[in-house]
Amino acid sequence: MSYEKTKAAAFPVDRNDATLIRGAHPPHWRNPDPTGPYNLVVIGAGPAGLTAAREAASLGAKVALVERSLIGGVCINVGCIPSKAVIRTARLYADMRDAENFGGDTPKHVGVDFQRAMTRMRQIRRRISRADSAESLASEGIDLYFGEARFSGRDSILVAGQTLHFRKALVATGSRARLPTIPGLAEAGYLSNETMFDLADCPKRLLVIGGGQLGCEMAQAFCLFGANVILAQRDPMFLPGEERDAAQILSDALAREGVEVRLNTEVVAVRTAGGKKLADLVRDDETTTISVDEIVTGIGRSPNVDGLDLENAGVAYDANGIKVDDYLRTTNPRIYAAGDVCLEHKFTHTAEATARIVVRNALFFGRRKLSELVVPWCTYTDPEIAHVGLYPAEARQNGVPVKTYTVLMHDVARAVMDGEEEGFVKIHVREGSDRILGATVVASHAGEMINAVSLAIRSGMGLNALADVIHPFPTQAQGIKMAGDAYRRTRLTSFWKHLAGRWLAWSRR
Amino acid sequence: MLKVDPTSLSDDDLLDRYQRAAFDYFLENVNPDNGLVADTSRPNSPASIAVVGFALSCYPVGVERGWMTREAAVKLTLAALRFFWTSTQGNGDDVTGHKGFYYHFLDMRTGRRVWRCELSMVDTALLMAGLLVSGAYFSGAGEDEREIRDLAEALYRRVDWRWAQGSAPTLRQGWKPKSGFLHYGWEGYNEATILYVLSMASPDSPTSDDSYVGWTATYQWENIYGYDVLYGGPLFMHQFSHAWIDFAGIRDAFMREKNSDYFENSRRSTYLHRDYARHNPYGYNGYDENLWGLSAGDGPGGFRARIERRPHRFSGYAARGAPFGPDDGTIAPWSYPASLPFAPDICLAALRHLGDRYPEVIDNFRLPSGFNPTLANRRNFGRHGWVSEGHYGLDQGIVVMMIENHRSRLIWELMRSNQHIRRGLRKAGFTGGWLSQPASPAPGGRDVL
Repeated sequence: MSYEKTKAAAFPVDRNDATLIRGAHPPHWRNPDPTGPYNLVVIGAGPAGLTAAREAASLGAKVALVERSLIGGVCINVGCIPSKAVIRTARLYADMRDAENFGGDTPKHVGVDFQRAMTRMRQIRRRISRADSAESLASEGIDLYFGEARFSGRDSILVAGQTLHFRKALVATGSRARLPTIPGLAEAGYLSNETMFDLADCPKRLLVIGGGQLGCEMAQAFCLFGANVILAQRDPMFLPGEERDAAQILSDALAREGVEVRLNTEVVAVRTAGGKKLADLVRDDETTTISVDEIVTGIGRSPNVDGLDLENAGVAYDANGIKVDDYLRTTNPRIYAAGDVCLEHKFTHTAEATARIVVRNALFFGRRKLSELVVPWCTYTDPEIAHVGLYPAEARQNGVPVKTYTVLMHDVARAVMDGEEEGFVKIHVREGSDRILGATVVASHAGEMINAVSLAIRSGMGLNALADVIHPFPTQAQGIKMAGDAYRRTRLTSFWKHLAGRWLAWSRR
Repeated sequence: MLKVDPTSLSDDDLLDRYQRAAFDYFLENVNPDNGLVADTSRPNSPASIAVVGFALSCYPVGVERGWMTREAAVKLTLAALRFFWTSTQGNGDDVTGHKGFYYHFLDMRTGRRVWRCELSMVDTALLMAGLLVSGAYFSGAGEDEREIRDLAEALYRRVDWRWAQGSAPTLRQGWKPKSGFLHYGWEGYNEATILYVLSMASPDSPTSDDSYVGWTATYQWENIYGYDVLYGGPLFMHQFSHAWIDFAGIRDAFMREKNSDYFENSRRSTYLHRDYARHNPYGYNGYDENLWGLSAGDGPGGFRARIERRPHRFSGYAARGAPFGPDDGTIAPWSYPASLPFAPDICLAALRHLGDRYPEVIDNFRLPSGFNPTLANRRNFGRHGWVSEGHYGLDQGIVVMMIENHRSRLIWELMRSNQHIRRGLRKAGFTGGWLSQPASPAPGGRDVL
């Protein structure tokens, strides 16, 4: 495999990893012997599979959970958890260098111990994975099978030589890093999320291909670890689909920290020479060649649909994943899908939310819909970029007039105190009303702040009502309330001001 | 430095000085043989086609103000128009334009493409706007003025706007011979309204009817610092199209929905920039209610530095904007005259403050592209900080035109009478205001049919 040519150490790297494996895929695990049909067979023990299996089992269902590799899936092992653990250390180094700005004393020399950062990440990964160990799942009444699952019919799967019959099944096989098609890259070797957390040393010079969530997060983190990072993005802005102003702030932040930002730039070829990787970058019709030690790709994810013999079960799929209806049912009404394997928004929290829908719809005649979910997401750069609901352009395309109430974080007292005043809160409402359509927050803790807006949308609260929510002072989430205040000020028209003035004048008589 | 104490001048005298100084840029930096005007006054600067568009729009101002003779204006205008009409078009490398569009930067002498730059849609539109001003202003019966009118019309009609859409509703930003269209288009409000108006009005190759709507679908109406605005970060976005078209009182579907117009939007955006400088979130030197204005322009260069213990990244030529940035403490002082028609009080106050507090950045009433007082006595920048070297044609052009629109409305009146502009605005969905009145020849001008 391509990553064997990189400097990444083989997994498991240390005893933390070894402990993790003992819990997440015990070497001498003995699969149970199936006794009769299952209410629910779940394929894939990532966030979606774990959630569904646990929820169904807790309601008394007879549940089988099948995993071919490690329990926890991408999230725990090679996704959100290791990346955010690493980002925390990277931020620490940023703060150390910036100590003066916080009234501290910047050390003369800030030495970066990359290995220690990675060890901490592995310790955290091991600790969090404990909750989902094979033994704990078994103790919850779940029949846990390790092995490759294949559909052998419309109501049965084969795993490790055993046939499991089911009344209902859930495919939650997740996704994997998309293979880049850049000529020479596979031969030269590259890192994806599946291999970069096995790195033993911080590369001196690093090319990150793709300015999506993963690309931006990793470019910033490695830059803060001291790498010279070049971030190449094909589009004119980072985080395609995100709001222009959010991408602008992120772009400025990356550049300020020293990331070499190359927008409108495509990597067209890679080769090796003298132990270095040479990459040809094209912008418009100009080609430049850069020399780097490592290349990270973050160009998207592909659903894991191969090897499942979905055809045997009559489950339709394509390159975008398994086809599901709004109830998450596949073309075989006994079989459902959840998580990355069928969703456009490939997040841990959407995987879990869709798994809960499936348990209700598949086992209890539920009619919950995917389209009714209010799904926020967040890019964990500094500042973070969080979004929920509609973007203004989406609303306008549907003929909905939109108005945005914007609060700059430099007007939020706590953000100023914390030296975290970069960013904004934007809450989009239907013009002429306070109905919240969506929101984007760019702030150091945007991922925490967006929750107030998600809650408001989910519960049907308007922006006017948000102005009445009392926040402890001082907090950065006050920015959300301030958007409500801004809305309320615009409702105070000259007519009402005049009327209020008249009333107050009268009451002074 | 200023050779006259600006505090002794009346507002009109002060504006006259600034306007004249800006106007002289064009006479000092034009190649009289082909009418091309240098992008900047720096040695070996190529021509910019947008700057030629500004120059063509400024010559009538020079004539009306008595700063040049009508004959001289005709001569320079005709030189440019003849050059653009006869220069080589084609899809090769070493030409001047393609499909009626022109490359952004041209060699001052040969008029051929330089710097492997892009065939630029918006810069061609600014050039075409200048041509239409020439055609509207030079209404005389003489052979030269008739030739100006004929060439202006022919050059405008020759542009293949539909081609520039590629396969999208919105116009592409540029094109290069080897790679074709630049793969990015326009997103969000910016200076391109004139491009859409001219492209939709084309009698021979207009953009499809959905082009303007396709662009405005990306607009975002926001309440920021208490102002309801259609956001565009850098101030030039609120100025460039307005140099030619008076948007006061005319509204497209978007502005009808918002019960506003683009002139009012530029006014609010100007105030928003001032309020941003009052907030001064990054603590830059000098920012206050009379020192504001972030725009596209020259900058101190690409480097990172800590100022007052805070990390900053500085840029060279870049578009700077408020309130979402980028902001490196570099002020574009030409923003004040360029926003004068929208917010005369605060612009005049800022212009006077500039003369009082920072006279060293002003070259005998000519404004630099940018200056950065935060860098004073840092990184070898001297006690005045960084000041852009020489002058940029775009900045000088917008200064001349907007001061003139503020003083006499000359350009606006000329363009109001132009049938292409009127047709383009109507096709984009603009109604009301002066558009609902019949076109009448502007003073000194005539209809271009």
